[in-house]
Amino acid sequence: MNEITPASIGLSREDLPNSYIGRSVPRPNVPKLVQGRATYTDDVVLPRMLHAAFLRSPHAHARILSIETAAALATPGVVRVFTGRDIAEVCDPWVAVLDHLKGMKSAPQHPLPLERATWQGEPVVAVVAESRAAAEDGVAALRVEWEPLPAQTDMETALAPGAVVIHPELGDNLVFTRTATAGDVEAAFAAAHKVVEATFVTARHTGVTLEPRSIIADYNRADGTLTVHQSTQAPHMMQGVFAKHLRLRESDVRVICKDVGGSFGIKVHVYPDEVAVAAMARIMGRPVKFVADRFESFTSDIHARDHRIKARIAVDAQGKILGFDVDDLTGIGPYSVYPRTSAIEGNQVVNLCGGPYDFVNYRCTTTVVLQNKAPTCQYRAVGHPIATAVTEGLVDMAAEALGMDPIAFRRINLIRDDAYPRTSPSGMRFEGLSHHASLDKLLEMVPVEKIRADQAAQRARGVYRGLGFASFIELTNPSPFMYGIGGARISAQDGATVRMDPDGSITIASGVTEQGQGTEAILAQIAAHGVGVPVERVKVITGDTQNTPYGGGTWACRGAGIGGEAALQSALALRAQILEVAGAMLQAKPETLDVVMGEVVDRASGTPRLSLAELGRIVYFRGDTLPRDLPRELVQTRHFITKEYPFAFTNGIQACWAEVDVETGMVKVLEHWCVEDCGRVINPLLVDEQVRGGIVQGLGGALYEHCVYDAEGNLLTTTLADYLVPMSAEMPDIHVGHVETPTRESLLGAKGAGEAGTAGAPAALMNAINDALRPLGARVTEQPFTPARILKALGRI
Amino acid sequence: MKWPAIGYIRARSLDDLWEAQRTHGAAAQVLAGGQTLLATLAFRLSEPGVLVDITRIPELRGVSLAGGALRIGALTRHAELARDPLVARHAPLFAAAAPHIAHPAIRNRGTIGGSLAYADPAAELPACAVALDATLHLLSARGERRVKAEGFFTGLLSTLLEPGEIIAAVEVAPASPAQRTAILEVARRSGDYAMAGIAAALELDATGRVAAPRLAFFGVGDRPVLANRANVALAGRVLDAQAIAAAAEALGDDLDPPADLHGPPEMKRHLARVLLRRALTQFLPAKEMAA
Repeated sequence: MNEITPASIGLSREDLPNSYIGRSVPRPNVPKLVQGRATYTDDVVLPRMLHAAFLRSPHAHARILSIETAAALATPGVVRVFTGRDIAEVCDPWVAVLDHLKGMKSAPQHPLPLERATWQGEPVVAVVAESRAAAEDGVAALRVEWEPLPAQTDMETALAPGAVVIHPELGDNLVFTRTATAGDVEAAFAAAHKVVEATFVTARHTGVTLEPRSIIADYNRADGTLTVHQSTQAPHMMQGVFAKHLRLRESDVRVICKDVGGSFGIKVHVYPDEVAVAAMARIMGRPVKFVADRFESFTSDIHARDHRIKARIAVDAQGKILGFDVDDLTGIGPYSVYPRTSAIEGNQVVNLCGGPYDFVNYRCTTTVVLQNKAPTCQYRAVGHPIATAVTEGLVDMAAEALGMDPIAFRRINLIRDDAYPRTSPSGMRFEGLSHHASLDKLLEMVPVEKIRADQAAQRARGVYRGLGFASFIELTNPSPFMYGIGGARISAQDGATVRMDPDGSITIASGVTEQGQGTEAILAQIAAHGVGVPVERVKVITGDTQNTPYGGGTWACRGAGIGGEAALQSALALRAQILEVAGAMLQAKPETLDVVMGEVVDRASGTPRLSLAELGRIVYFRGDTLPRDLPRELVQTRHFITKEYPFAFTNGIQACWAEVDVETGMVKVLEHWCVEDCGRVINPLLVDEQVRGGIVQGLGGALYEHCVYDAEGNLLTTTLADYLVPMSAEMPDIHVGHVETPTRESLLGAKGAGEAGTAGAPAALMNAINDALRPLGARVTEQPFTPARILKALGRI
Repeated sequence: MKWPAIGYIRARSLDDLWEAQRTHGAAAQVLAGGQTLLATLAFRLSEPGVLVDITRIPELRGVSLAGGALRIGALTRHAELARDPLVARHAPLFAAAAPHIAHPAIRNRGTIGGSLAYADPAAELPACAVALDATLHLLSARGERRVKAEGFFTGLLSTLLEPGEIIAAVEVAPASPAQRTAILEVARRSGDYAMAGIAAALELDATGRVAAPRLAFFGVGDRPVLANRANVALAGRVLDAQAIAAAAEALGDDLDPPADLHGPPEMKRHLARVLLRRALTQFLPAKEMAA
C-alpha cells in the first residue's frame, strides 16, 4: 500500500517530469537565505515597538530581598520596569508535568520569580526601553539586594540527606523515576559467561542556534488580540501557551514565525523571559521585542544531556547478549521545562538502551533530580546519544571481553531484519527495521580491511588509530503517546491545505515549520509531485497560526513523516478535483486524464489537453460556463496522524575512524560513515545534509561541547571562546548511505531523518578512541573526550 | 549585549593622539585592531568615555629594516606578519606564529601591538617576542623608551605600559643563518587559545652545538614564560636526544601552570614537555631525526 508507484498514486509513469519524491531538488528558499533577504524575528520592526532586557540572577540560588528600580526608571529611554509580581498580575504560572509520567512533580514557575532565583542566568527583572541599548542601561541601574542561599549543584547528592531542597513544597529534589524491567535480570547476570560494566558520563551541553531566541509580542487593546512574532518550532503550541497563561482566548492569539535560524529542539520550549515579554506587551498595549544575546543564550537556553549512567551487559560464551542492566541519573535544573517536561530525556534512555539488539533481560532505571543549574529539556536526538553511547560502549567492551570482532558480535546480536513487527524489552514497538541490511551497506562503504592494515602499520610507528561502530534506533513521527496522552496541548497530527490559484500556481499551507533544515523544500516537492506541477510553481506557507492548518510544528523528526503525508494527501485530493473539473470541460472521464508539469494531459498518450492556467481562468472567471452543480473547490485540506504505532522507529549504523595523539590527548576524526534508514527518502540531498549536520553536532558533544559549572553553580562557559562548538576545520569527511524501509502507516512512507546523526556519532567516536587506546590499556567513557581525560586514562598525568 | 554610548576620535597623527589623551585623560581608550577591546565593550566589561582610533597614524605602521634591526610597526596586522617578505626573512618565527592566531577575520584586523599590549598569557605573539628577545618601542607624549619583551610582561594581562603610553614598534635582530625557530601549540580547535604552546629560538653551529637558546612558553602561566632552566640545560650542548631529554626534565622547574577549563596544572606541564621535545626534534640534523 505504501509503494509509490504510478498505479498507487495514479501517475501515468514513474519518471514523470514532476516526480519529485526521491529527487535532490534544490531548496527554493536558499537564495533568500544567502542573499540576506530572509525575515528573522529580529528583522521585524513594528510601529511603537519597545525593547526588553533582563537582569538575570548572578547567583545559582538566592533570595530576592529587594528590587530598587528608581535609578533604572530615570535612565534615558527607559519606559518601564517589571518585577515578578508585576508580571504575575496578568500571567499565571505553569507546572511542567505530564500525567503519563507517573509520580512526576515540579514546582510552579513564574516568568520572573517572586521570591527566589534558582539558577544563575534566571531572568529576574525586566526593563523595557526605546532601544535595547537603553534597556541594558536600565538593567545596569537596577539595584537588587540578594541573600545568597546554598546551591544544590551535584546531582549525585540531590537526594541525599542534607541536600538543599530547591522547592521545599515538593519535599525533595526527585522529579521523576521510572524502571523498566523485562525477563529476569538477576538470574541472567548470575548465569552469564561474562559481565562487563562501566560508568558513562554525557556532558551537559546546549544547542547554540545561529539565530538566538527571539520574540516580539504585540497586544492590541482595540481588538483584544495578541500577535506574537517568534523564532519557534511550534507556533500552534505557543499560541495555546500564551492564551492559557495570559488568560486570553486561543483564537485571540496569533503566532507568526517566519524564518528561523536553527532550532535543534532549543526553540520548542516555553521560556520564562519570552512569556514575560508577552505579559509586558499585554500590560503596556505596545509591541515589545526581545532577542537573546549569546551570553544570555548560554545561561538561559535549555541545556541537555547531563547524565551519569552505571551500566552492565551480560553475554553468554557464544557472544549472545543476555541482558542489559542500566542505572541512569540526570540533573535537570530547578524546574521541569514547560510543557514537554524535563523527564522525557531520562525516559528515553529507559526506552532506548539496548534498542538495536535481540535480548530478553532488561532493567533500566532513570532518576531525574533537581539542581541549581540552567533547566534542561529536549535537544536534538533526545536521550538517543546517551542510550547509544551506553549500549554501544558496553557492546564493544563485551566483544573485547570475549575476544570477538565488534562487527561479528553485532552480527550475532542485531535484531534480524525479518523479525518484525517486534516489541523491545523496554516496550517499544518496531514496525520494520533494517539493522543487518544497514550493516551490509556500511561494510560496502567502509574499507575495513584496509583500515585495519593501516591501523597495524601506524601502531608500529607509534601512531594510534581506531575504528568504532555504533548501531542505533531513532524514534520519529511521534503519536499522541509522546505528549498528548499526558495532558499537554501538543499536537501529534498535522494538516496541509493545497490550493490552485487562477494562474495554475499552487500554494501549500502547512502546520509543520522550517528552521533551516529544508521542510519547505520537501513540502514544495511533495505538493508539486502530488498535483503534477513544476516545483517552481509551488509557494509554501508555514509558521502562522492564522493561515496554516492546526499542527504540531517541526520536532522529533515529524516534519517529513507527518507534515509530508498531510501535504501528499491534500495534493492528491486537489489533483483529483482538478481532473474532475477538467473532465467536465473536456468532456472526458477524469480517470482518462492526468496532470503533468502544469498541464492536463491525456493519460494514455500524454497529449496536452488543457493548461492549469486555462482551467483556472474558467473556474475563477467564467464559472458560468461549467455545469451548474460541478464541484469546483480548487483547494483541499487533509490532516494526518499515525494510528498503528506510537512512534515510527528508524535505525542505522555509524562508523568512525579516528587518531589519538597519545602524547597530547588530542583526537582527530579522520573519516566518518553513516547508513541510516529513514524510510522513504524525499530529497536525498537534504537527508544527507541532515545526517551530516547531526553527526557534526554529535561529534561536537563528544569532543568539545560542555556547559561547565563550578561547585557553587556559576556557569563558566558563557562565550563561544569557552563553549567549544565543532568547526569545519576539525570535522572529517562524512559519507552517508541509505537503506529504505518505508513505514506502512502512510502513503509517503517517510520517517524522520534529522536526529540519526546525533544519535550515533558520540558512541561511534568513543568506540574509535577506545579502539585506538586498546593496546595501551586505556579507556574513556566520560564525554567530552578532552585531552585531559585521555591523558589521565593513559596515565600520563 | 549592546555597547554603552561611547565617543570616538580618529587620530591621524601622534599629536592627535596626545591631544585626545590630554583632553579626555583616563576616559580615553586606544583602539587599534579592536579584536579584544570590542568584545569587552559588547560585554560591558569596560566602559571607556571615548575610543581613540590610532589605525591612521603613519608612524605606527610598516615593516622596515633599519640600523641593523627589523622594525615591525605596532599596527602590523597578523595577516601582514604572515605574508610580509621582511618578516619571513628576518623574523620567520612571527610569520610562523600568525596562522595559529584565531581565524582569518581576526588576523585581518588584530595587530601585533594590540596583542602585546593586551598581554594574554595564552597568546602567541608575546611568547614569540620573548623568544626572539625583541625590544619594544614605547611611546607617549613624554617621549620614547625601549624595553625588552622579557621584562615587559608583568603578570596576567599586565605590562610595563604606563597610562597614556602605547607600543609604537617591535624591534628584533635579524635572524642569523645559524638561527632555528619554531612555534608549536596544543589547542582544542584550530584558532583557539592554546592549552600550551612553545615559541623556540636558538642557534646551532656547524657542529650542532646550541647557542643562545630561548624557549618561551605560552598558555602555562600568567605571562609568557622564558624557560630559564631548560635554556641552561641546552646551552653549549650538542643538540641530541639526551640534550632534549635534559631540557624537558629541567622544564619542570620553570613552569608553575594554573588550572583552567581544559585541565589541571599537571596537564599543562605535561603538554609543555611534549611540545619542547617536538620543537627541538625539528632542529635535529636529518639523520638524528630519522633515528
